[in-house]
Amino acid sequence: MIQLKGIGKRFGEQQVLQDIHASFGQGRINMVIGASGSGKSVLMKIMVGLVVPDQGELFYENSSLGAMDRSEKQVLRQNIGMLFQNAALFDSLTVEDNLLFPLRMFKPAPRAQMLDRVAYCLEKVGLAGKGPLFPSELSGGMKKRVGIARAIVLEPRYLFCDEPNSGLDPKTSLRIDHLIRDLTQEFNITTVVNTHDMNSVLECADHIIFLHKGRKTWEGDRQQILKSENEDLNELVYATRHLQQYRDQAF
Amino acid sequence: MNFFFHFGRYLLMLRQMLSKPENGRMYWEETVRQMASIGLGSVGIVAFVAVFMGGVSAVQTVYQLVAPYISLTVVGSIVTNSSILELGPSVTSLVLAGKIGSNIASELGYMRSSEQIDALEIMGVNPVAYLVGPKILACLTMIPLLVVISISTAIAGGMVICQLTGLITYDQFIEGARSSFLAYDVFFAMCKAFTFAFFISSVSAYHGYHVHGGALEVGRASTKAVVYCCILILSGDYILAELLL
Repeated sequence: MIQLKGIGKRFGEQQVLQDIHASFGQGRINMVIGASGSGKSVLMKIMVGLVVPDQGELFYENSSLGAMDRSEKQVLRQNIGMLFQNAALFDSLTVEDNLLFPLRMFKPAPRAQMLDRVAYCLEKVGLAGKGPLFPSELSGGMKKRVGIARAIVLEPRYLFCDEPNSGLDPKTSLRIDHLIRDLTQEFNITTVVNTHDMNSVLECADHIIFLHKGRKTWEGDRQQILKSENEDLNELVYATRHLQQYRDQAF
Repeated sequence: MNFFFHFGRYLLMLRQMLSKPENGRMYWEETVRQMASIGLGSVGIVAFVAVFMGGVSAVQTVYQLVAPYISLTVVGSIVTNSSILELGPSVTSLVLAGKIGSNIASELGYMRSSEQIDALEIMGVNPVAYLVGPKILACLTMIPLLVVISISTAIAGGMVICQLTGLITYDQFIEGARSSFLAYDVFFAMCKAFTFAFFISSVSAYHGYHVHGGALEVGRASTKAVVYCCILILSGDYILAELLL
């Protein structure tokens, strides 16, 4: 479980996040939604330790991230997998070497054993046999799946996905959503996903928090989100005229 | 104020580099890869520049020797000394600042802008130690070797051009080169090579590592890295000459 207690962050004059309280449970897909510029990415960077908050505390289980020393953070990070918006694969390495990298760095074992693990992860994301390819030879959806495979190769307890569907067609987006959902359930991972894609939210979110101008203004699940009376949230959920008509007819 | 901000951040980057590697073997492999890329990848350009540097300095020295009572063996002496003291270490370092410096800055800048550095950090790897450390170590090892190659090639180039153009003979050149050779000059050249290698690698890495933005900023970082490296090499050249000669 990940707990946020009063997280706040300011960049210069701009208050990007303010007093965020939330709890992200294990074995569930926790989604952080909000319009562009609402502070989702900064919140995720705070959660993974890339940005230090100005206020508040962040707990992994019962350990405060801020109180951890360098070696404790390193151990924690080996339990964190992250899928970046653009996958962030190492361009100079093949798909196989991208997955081997964290294994060789942190869990060195006989090469055959590591290659088995790589093959298993690639199979999980539907990319068996693509190991020898370089990232430049892959499509956007394939890169994301390799990013997911690399994120799970060390068997993490926490999985963070930053805009996993950005730039993907609806079918590929759905495939990525299902993949994240299946991995979360199969490995009982605490998953946090940043998105503003409502298809994803309605497809697989177990728990949702909505950020608006750096504040958490709504929290619930995917059944509740359609009936919310939060106007800012409704602007995001029913962003198109077709959906607005649907809402007017349904509720 | 801006200078102190950047200098402080530069020192912090160097301090961050001095942490225990997560996996020594992986760091060693990266260092060897960088050594091959920096060293072998630069031999051609260094040798090419050095041959002509030696040749031009030989021709120009002969051109300036108008007094009949000066022995022509002095050409060998001047070409050798100038190659060891100045042309080898300084000009080679300026060339390498353009080649290696821009390469390091743009590689790290691209990795930063494409979030590859963030990915390393989230994995638990110290990105400064893993990415910057091996580059600095590789430069400290390979640039002095490249300077040795440059000095040798420049002297050989000067000698061959003197012989081919009939300015002086091999024997005269070698006699002049031997007569004024001091081992301390080689020590001085190596001091310059190590200092400039550190400037080229660390300053370029600093500019690349702290890129914010996209392709435009990566290009700017690369240009800045080369400019600052050149300034540091030229000013460092003067300071070392004052201190050591």
